[in-house]
This record gives sequence, C-alpha cells and structure tokens, in this order.
Amino acid sequence: MSVLIAFKTIVRKEIYRFVRIWPQTLLPPAITTALYFLIFGKLIGERIGTVNGVSYMDYIVPGIILMSVITHSYANVVSSFYSTKFQRNIEELLVAPVPNWVILAGYISGGIFRGILVGAVVAVISLFFAPMTIQNPLIAIADVLLTATLFSLAGFINAILAESFDDISIIPNFVLTPLSYLGGVFYSVDMLPQIWQHISLGNPILYMVNTFRYGIIGVSDVDISLAFLMTGGFTLLLALCALWLLSRGTGIKT
Amino acid sequence: MNALTIHNLRKTYQNGFEALKGIDLEVKQGDFFALLGANGAGKSTAIGIISSLINATSGTVEIFGHNVKTQRNLAKSCLGLVPQEINFNQFDSAKNIVLNQAGYYGIPHKLALQRMEICLKQVDLWDKRDTMSRRLSGGMKRRVMIARAMVHAPKLLILDEPTAGVDIEIRRSMWQMIQEVNAQGTTIILTTHYLEEAESLCRNIAIIDSGKIVEHSDMVSLLTRLHVDYFILDLAQPTSNPILEGYEVKQINEKILEIGVPKERSLNDLFTQLSAVNIRVISMKNKSNRLEQLFISLIDGKNTGKNG
Repeated sequence: MSVLIAFKTIVRKEIYRFVRIWPQTLLPPAITTALYFLIFGKLIGERIGTVNGVSYMDYIVPGIILMSVITHSYANVVSSFYSTKFQRNIEELLVAPVPNWVILAGYISGGIFRGILVGAVVAVISLFFAPMTIQNPLIAIADVLLTATLFSLAGFINAILAESFDDISIIPNFVLTPLSYLGGVFYSVDMLPQIWQHISLGNPILYMVNTFRYGIIGVSDVDISLAFLMTGGFTLLLALCALWLLSRGTGIKT
Repeated sequence: MNALTIHNLRKTYQNGFEALKGIDLEVKQGDFFALLGANGAGKSTAIGIISSLINATSGTVEIFGHNVKTQRNLAKSCLGLVPQEINFNQFDSAKNIVLNQAGYYGIPHKLALQRMEICLKQVDLWDKRDTMSRRLSGGMKRRVMIARAMVHAPKLLILDEPTAGVDIEIRRSMWQMIQEVNAQGTTIILTTHYLEEAESLCRNIAIIDSGKIVEHSDMVSLLTRLHVDYFILDLAQPTSNPILEGYEVKQINEKILEIGVPKERSLNDLFTQLSAVNIRVISMKNKSNRLEQLFISLIDGKNTGKNG
C-alpha cells in the first residue's frame, strides 16, 4: 500500500512538472510537427506521390507521431531526473523507504505519460492534414507504450550517468535525432540502395517506427514479431541496467 | 532502547580519504544529542551513512534496532533528516514539498494533508504554503526542511546544522520548536557550529575529530571537566597589569581585563581582590562559551580535565 502511494506521488509530481511548463514541453512539438506535415507532407509529398501504396502524407504521419513520442519520453526523464540529481532533491527519495524499482517506475511512468500526450497532440494536428484510420489498434498501442517505456529508460540511464547538463544533451543530439531521421520516418528502406538497406536494419528505431506504421496504416518494411521481440528485449535490458545502477547508487550516492 | 547504534563504522572515499576510522556511537531513545566536530571531521559522512545517502565501507548502523543495510525500509521509516544544504525543488511550493515527502513515506493523501498543515503551522509557514520555495528567505527554507522531515512523525530526527545562517530571532524560535518536538518523544541528533546551541539544548554529546569519536558523554559531566572559566571585565577607570593572586590576568587594553577563574576559586574572592586594588568593574561577561573551550581543547588533542 505504502509503495503504491509512493509510486503515485512520484508520477503525480512528474506529470505536474511537465504540465506546469506546457509552453516548453507540449507546445513546441505541436508547432514543429505542424511544419513537418505542411512542408514534407503537403508541399513536397504531393510531388512524391505514393510510398508502398499509400500517399506520402499518410506514410509519414505514424513515423512523425512515434518520433515525437521517442524524443519527448526520453527528454522528460533525462531532464527531470538530472535536475533532481543536480538540485539534490533526489535525497528526498533516497532517505525515504521507497524501493529502487518504485523510483524507476515512477520516473518512467512520467516519461511515458509525456511521450503519449505529445504523441496524441501530434496525432490531432495530423488530422488537419490527412484523415486517420487505424488498421491494427492493439499493435499501435502496444508499440507506442513499449517505445515510450524504452526511451524513458534510456533517458533515466543517461540522467544517472550524466555529470553535467552537457551530458544530457549529447545523446539526444548526436544519437537519438540521427537514428530517428534514419529510422524510416520519412521514407521506406526499400527506397534506399542495397547497402544502406542492410545498414538501416541495424537501427532499432526503424523497427519501432515500422511497427507503429503497421498499426496505423497496415504497411511495414520489417517483420512485426521480430520488432516486438527486439523492442521488448531492449526494454528489459535497460530496465535491469537502470535498477543495477540505482542499487549501486551510481551518480546519486557517494 | 537505543534510537541509534553505530558500531565500528568506517568510510574511505574513492580518492583514498578516510573520513571515518571505525566509530562507535549510541544514542538513547528520547535523547537530545549533539554531534560536534570541525569542518571535515566526519560528521556529515556519518549522517550521510545513517540516512542511506552514503555507502559505508564497513561497520553497522541500526536505527531503533533496524539495520540500515539489511532492514533498510524499516530503518528509514524511523528517520527524519534535515540536511545541511537546501535540497528541495526550489520551483515547488512549501505545501507540495511537504506533501510529496509524506507520499514517499506512504502516508495516504488525506492524512498527508492534515500532517502537512500541522507541520507548516509548527514551523510558522502556513501563510507561505503556496509560495514558490525559491521566493522564501533562507530561514524559511530551513523551516520548510524541518517541516518536511517531520511530516511522517519520525522517531529519530537528525538536524545537520539547522540554524546555519539564520538570524538570532528565528534561531531562538527554532530552538523552542525543536525542544517541543523532543519533549513529545522524538529523539534528536543535532550538529551545529553554534556551541552555545548544543550546550543549552543537548543532554548528551559526542565530539568527532579526524574520523574518530574523541568524546562521548553527557553534557553536565563534560562541562564539569572544565577547570578554568574566562571572563572579560570592563573597568570604570584605566588600570595597568594588576596582580590578582590565584587568577590568570591578561590586560586587553587599559580598561579591559581578561581573567581566568579556576574552579576552586570563587568570584567573591576575585571581587574582593579587585576592590582591594581599587579596580571598579562596570560589566562582566564570559569570554567564550564553556563548551567551546572544551571543544577547542579536545580537538587540539589536550584533555582539559586532566591538564587543567
């Protein structure tokens, strides 16, 4: 019971944090993605025509939604947990009888909430540009939840290991953004030369984007079972890694 | 029952610095205990280990019989900590800071609201409950930390320099509040640089120096070991190096004397001698707090009790 109360307290605090600063957390993705839909979807997309049998606008909508989920679930946890560490109010949690898994679950839930909320905002904006019919809702929901969990965990580990504010921007700028753009958000891997198709298959984001795309429009470049296995495997691995770092007190205890 | 039992506690940091060299400490339930030491003596390391913020190298810590390593959650639920530095979210209100802490201790929201109100009223911050905490004064921020530490009604409250940088008026109101908390049965461990604070509030004391406990006794018997009290006397007329038999006399300036009064001599005798040499005293005060004298002699490696 007390563990549940502690969990709910962390989640409520996390949601309150990003909702309170909505002009920084919810508004920018709405504007950015509206521009994506306008420029890539409408202006350029009409010249591209169709990809894998669907209009270019329909093709990029799922990828852009999932890219927003990835970016914001990661950003929420990395910035929140690092600030907690930096201001030393992590000590509030460390002195209290809160098990490590509850701390982890609380922060990750905050990241999932923000990721999904931003994803919902982007989905609503996409409706101004193209109608949306969801082909496989369960697959879409499972993929978006799993992806948000995975990137929230990655953000948590980044925050634990970070020693400065620079350290929390390196991964999003130099790893996450390139992998997202090269993860088939704006194109099908079939459009790439053979060698780049093989290289792209090493990018985990490609699998998540294509699974979500399959859930929304029923089109995918990858095997869906393999994609779920891969995303689930990474999620489990990162969860264990985060718990191990917490139990060692890495970055938060002396 | 002991509120706190520490046995052979050691901490060596990664850079090789040995902060604690096997300390043993016992604090009885209901006690008001002072843990004193110079900067870098090991106080904060010891408190960090007790409150699970620092991993010990070896040794055991028990809070009300619960081992902080093997029965971590039980031990933690007995403990409240007011740290030395401000460590709450400065963008949150005092109300939310206290409420969140109650939540971390598993207190249901309805009860947490009641306790939050009691604690904020106790530290005189109820009117400021919705103010963003970074807009509060330094003294108010310290009181928020006290309210936060008390919201789960801990059996042991550790206050690490709670009055540092706080003006005398607020300090006195905080002393009164902490005494009331202790009177209600909460065991209190206080670290402070204001030794008059420790002397007037605490019943038992430990002094830590270079990672070792150099003194661990009750305040009264410790203070009786002080053999000389030093007084500053303001004189009505100028004087020059008077000789007072049995007393140490030091001329500060022509109208101020510093006099060391041994325990076996009386102040009446001192004033008789002063009158005899026509010295009229217009005011008198202690040169320093008695505990301060003992503290300095102990950490200088001298035992005042033995050496006089």
